[in-house]
Amino acid sequence: MKKRYAGKSIILLVVTALLVFLAACSSGKSANPGNSSNSPAANSPAASPSGSQTASAGSAFDWKKYSGQEIEVMLNQHPYAEAIIARLPQFEELTGIKVKYSITPEENYFDKLTTALNARNGNPDVFMTGSYQLWEYAPAEYTQELDSFLKDPSKTDSGYDVNDIFKGILDGDRWDLVPGHPVGTGSLWALPLGFETNVLVYNKRALDSIGAQPPKTFDELIEIGEKLNGWNGEGSYGVAVRGTRSWATIHPGYMTAFSMSGAKDFEVKDGKLVSKLDSPEAIEITKKFAELVKRAGPKDWTNYTWYQASSDLGAGKAAIAFDADIFAIFQGSKGASKEAGNLGTAPPPIVKEGQPVGANEWIWSIAMNKSSKKQDAAWLFMQYFTGKEHTLWGATQASVFNPIRSSVWENPDFIKRISEFPGYEATFKAVIGNTGIKFTPQPEFFNTTTEWAAALQDIVTGQSDADSRMKKLAKDINELVSRIRAQ
Amino acid sequence: MSSIGKSDQAVPFADLTDTAASAEPYRIPPIPFMRKARPYLILAPALLLTIGILIPFFISIYYSLTNYSFKYKDYSFVGLHNWVKMLTDPSFWHSLWVTAQYAVFSTGFEMLLGIGIALILNQDGWLARALRMVLIFPLMIAPVIATLIWQLMTNNSVGVIAYALRSIGIDNFIWGADPKTAMFSVVLIDVWVNTPFVIILVLAGLRSLPKAPFESAMVDGGSAWFTFKTLTLPMIKPLLLIALLFRSMVSLQEFSIIFALTRGGPGDTLMSLPLTAYNEAFTFKELGTALPYMLILWVIIYIMSYYLIRYWSRAQKNASGN
Repeated sequence: MKKRYAGKSIILLVVTALLVFLAACSSGKSANPGNSSNSPAANSPAASPSGSQTASAGSAFDWKKYSGQEIEVMLNQHPYAEAIIARLPQFEELTGIKVKYSITPEENYFDKLTTALNARNGNPDVFMTGSYQLWEYAPAEYTQELDSFLKDPSKTDSGYDVNDIFKGILDGDRWDLVPGHPVGTGSLWALPLGFETNVLVYNKRALDSIGAQPPKTFDELIEIGEKLNGWNGEGSYGVAVRGTRSWATIHPGYMTAFSMSGAKDFEVKDGKLVSKLDSPEAIEITKKFAELVKRAGPKDWTNYTWYQASSDLGAGKAAIAFDADIFAIFQGSKGASKEAGNLGTAPPPIVKEGQPVGANEWIWSIAMNKSSKKQDAAWLFMQYFTGKEHTLWGATQASVFNPIRSSVWENPDFIKRISEFPGYEATFKAVIGNTGIKFTPQPEFFNTTTEWAAALQDIVTGQSDADSRMKKLAKDINELVSRIRAQ
Repeated sequence: MSSIGKSDQAVPFADLTDTAASAEPYRIPPIPFMRKARPYLILAPALLLTIGILIPFFISIYYSLTNYSFKYKDYSFVGLHNWVKMLTDPSFWHSLWVTAQYAVFSTGFEMLLGIGIALILNQDGWLARALRMVLIFPLMIAPVIATLIWQLMTNNSVGVIAYALRSIGIDNFIWGADPKTAMFSVVLIDVWVNTPFVIILVLAGLRSLPKAPFESAMVDGGSAWFTFKTLTLPMIKPLLLIALLFRSMVSLQEFSIIFALTRGGPGDTLMSLPLTAYNEAFTFKELGTALPYMLILWVIIYIMSYYLIRYWSRAQKNASGN
């Protein structure tokens, strides 16, 4: 009897200890651990991405130098990530490096990424990021500067050709960490994977139904958008734009129109950032944008994210989307949506006469964790998936739009592909010269743009008028940026 | 010769009290170690869990006194600066008001509906049995999924509820997208998901009540309302308080429904304390300023649950006739 009790107690103790040990040892590893051996292989055989042979003996650079290592990659759920996963077998065959990846939907991706980077334990080695996020990550020393890797011939393949990447796009990932200084100066913090400009993607059937052409000015957009309400039956409306209480609402169509109106988010006075959201231009364009939403936008606009705006366009609910140009690809590709084949692309509407057309851009990039213990292996991953071969494959065989390399835009296969999307190439050429990041880089970017989105919601829903709300916003933002700490 | 130590053989069982035979004092045998350790072993998982919860709790109190931020590598101690900033910020009081509104409305409706539906289901019939199965379905759905379902159903372009409302002439009801109806929308989703929890608890209580007092009341000609007020309610009061305790604790902390539907918008309409804390921590990346919001919420919940549990103890004693 005593022995039975003793035995049971020992078992209980062991089970308890085991449970505690397992709970303590469970790491923050991904919910969707991906192993590249499970990924569908793309058809093309593995080849050195620049077209050159694997470095012969005696050459400094060698794709196989870090063979046997394993790196961890965090990816946002996006077609760019799907393209990477599809070609992981080729990368592994070329380098011998094993890749473990995780994918997280964008709504939660950056929360998860920030927490992982803050642990500073080296995981992940590589991660997807936007340019704006670099304004927080670089000053916090989460990201590794990349110029030293690019300039080192023993680390970078001679065929990588960084000059083939659009300078404006590469500069979007370059910043000197001084709040208020524009992008394009300082260190390079990430390599671009793909980028979006913000334009009008319209349904040709919708415009034909009222005998209209794509609007050229913002006022035309409002007028035509209002006429298109109900164009395709109940629930259909004129212009899809994003509206959630989030920074993602500000950066596409709204910021494009904002910047074209001549308004600026900040100016630098005596070395300090001063909000200019209470300027007459800022208030005026905000009023116009609110009018667009009220007269032609979706009724439940405050719930609208990238996904709702894009899917409404593809479903034939929205006649026009003032958002990422890649909507035309994702919704317009054969079989992609109900309205595939009916979509066209046009430059964003100008706000002032005689103004050059341009857009705010969003760049998805990959960056290296400064704490990574496998930086050289990580660098091979980064240069492979931003190299010429993968960029061309992504643009012609997958959905990596817009490709970052000018050589891809001159490639006959790519030109043939984008000719399937009416107006796409012409629109791109019309805006690219004046497209860039229109925001002022600063580490409180997400604070300020989230408050900005909340203000926009208040104005659109009638909680507040534009004048007083934008003035309050400017005051709140000045207080937010005053807590930027000197580096 | 002394007779001390010798038994008197004439006395029955004298030898058992033979002090000579039992010269050594009686010693209680030592308790085996494992028997002594058993209560602690049984408590060990709960203790470890409590320690596991307390460690991050105390760490969060510490961080609330610093300017810890995900945007900067270093941080420093700032004392009560974050707390003073929070308490003097009008948006904190707005968040508190939103949180209280949400908790009162959602818990209130859930309790009333839950009791009413449980009373209806407390019948012996095939309909009641079938409804019992169906009505708990929402409880099996994660709140975020339920919110997405409702978001789709009320979507003005493609939603089935929006379509139904339009067919009866209501065209401009935009649910969570309108500041006037945003609170109603999130409370509705919460009530839809969580009323079954109250139903289950109350129904269990009703099914376990003794039949005799109700039969006597019926014989004495008591009305349904009289029976409910004087018999049913006092007897199920402890269970009602349990339901109230759980629902109010959870609704004060509610995050997923509001986040999934509107992220706290439109504007600041639904910026409750958990939403504000989330924004501070993950959007603004200021952990030091985010933590006071959650710690204040913890204090509110602790005080409320302390009094509710005390009241529940008294109600339980009354219900059991003590």
